[in-house]
Amino acid sequence: MKLLLDATRCQGYGLCQEPAPELIDLDEWGYAQPRGTTVPEGGEEAAAAAVAACPNSALRLVK
Amino acid sequence: MTGVFSLLPEGRPGLLEPLLSGAWLSGSGEDLPRYLAAGGYAPLPEPGRLLDRIAAAGLRGRGGAGFPAAVKLRAVRDAPGLPVVVANGEEGEPGSVKDRWLLRHRPHAVLDGLRLVAAMTGAGHGCVYLSDAPAERAVRRSLAERPTELRIDVVRTEHTYVAGEETAVVRRIDGGPALPTAKPPRPFESGVGGAPTLVANVETLARIALTHARPEAAEAVAGAHLVTLSGTNREGPTVGGGAALAEVPVGTHLKVLADLCGHGGADSVLLGGLFGGLHGAGWPDLPLDHDRLSAAGGALGCGALYFLHPEDCPVAVATEATAYLAAQSARQCGVCVSGTRALAGTLTDVARGAADAGTSDKLHRWSRGLPGRGACGLLDAAARVVGTLLAHFPDRVDGHRNAACPACAGPAPEDGRRFTVPVP
Ligand code: SF4
Ligand code: SF4
Repeated sequence: MKLLLDATRCQGYGLCQEPAPELIDLDEWGYAQPRGTTVPEGGEEAAAAAVAACPNSALRLVK
Repeated sequence: MTGVFSLLPEGRPGLLEPLLSGAWLSGSGEDLPRYLAAGGYAPLPEPGRLLDRIAAAGLRGRGGAGFPAAVKLRAVRDAPGLPVVVANGEEGEPGSVKDRWLLRHRPHAVLDGLRLVAAMTGAGHGCVYLSDAPAERAVRRSLAERPTELRIDVVRTEHTYVAGEETAVVRRIDGGPALPTAKPPRPFESGVGGAPTLVANVETLARIALTHARPEAAEAVAGAHLVTLSGTNREGPTVGGGAALAEVPVGTHLKVLADLCGHGGADSVLLGGLFGGLHGAGWPDLPLDHDRLSAAGGALGCGALYFLHPEDCPVAVATEATAYLAAQSARQCGVCVSGTRALAGTLTDVARGAADAGTSDKLHRWSRGLPGRGACGLLDAAARVVGTLLAHFPDRVDGHRNAACPACAGPAPEDGRRFTVPVP
């Protein structure tokens, strides 16, 4: 599974990082920075929670 | 003044040669009867054979990324749906003129290429995408002069740094703003109206037309590049030089290109328009070649080169480049707005001697961390300018902390005028 960020939608709310701290970093301006596109084994639930947490639908999961 | 030159060996077919020799000029445009006599618009009974020939010759796209043309053609052909083909003539790099020149002076070659890629992909509809008014007139005149079987629309866009990016092209043709979108999907999967779409640079299309007209020369055609050469152009007897549009064989040493446009005294170069970074020692022996320039930490991009003289300050040039990119940011991606502003602002501090010990670390961190984070390549360009400045000119950067630099006095202009080349 891949966790993809649409940079045009990310507003830097930072809400995605809370449920998925090991998948997503926030940069110095607060914008999300996924650590890699491929979600590591066992990280699927956190990734889905991050997607759900973003108020701007900036994150998506694809097979 | 921008000169026009060909460095291709005698007798090798090129895109500039017929016009340089004056053979094809009628009024201000390409002469249709002569274009037809030279093999233009020849029937294409077996599109698959032309595609194989393009693949074998190794033709790569000329918009900047250098992606193999045949791979893109096959991806569009094989995607589900009726494809759309687009001739992309919107060159956003201020230092490049080749695409506008081609549309103005070789419109038939571009339109011929467009109907050939439509045949190879099975497309039912074509578009010419551009912003240049003289180019639009030339294209419309040529379409009226020789209508093609393919339905071709001309779509006018605004001239910005990102308007020619392939997803911006699709969005504009679909009636939206000429701004990039997040990928995937790429246009070959879902482009104009959701159809698989080939967005092809106009030089790529002209090379495909020339390959069809001169199949025996396919490799030579694929191995030639249109380049735009320019550099610091000051009044005065010792420093100077002009700008040039040239067609040159792949592998030509950059030193030869500097000499060609009167910048033989240059000591560094900005590659790929603003996309390929600054290069110092060793640059004269670098060959004009996608892979070799990438291996050197640069990029050929659209083939625009800007030469710097010893009197120039690479910090000043990098500051102007990043200030221009920050101003051209489409302001869609927060990271691009904040990132380009941080890069340009911090370089301005360096230029004014206001940098401290931590400044270089910050610039290093951004130049490594920002690439790939925006929806398009603008942020990557700004990061590469800064990364190559730090890597290749560390002493020049440090020098600004001890002594005021006359070249860096005053605010960096955001209009990119230094890099802008007039279309010949
Ligand atoms: S929650 Fe959404 S908008 Fe906020 S930082 Fe994360 S991805 Fe960006
Ligand atoms: S990276 Fe910058 S220029 Fe490109 S789409 Fe995002 S905001 Fe616009």
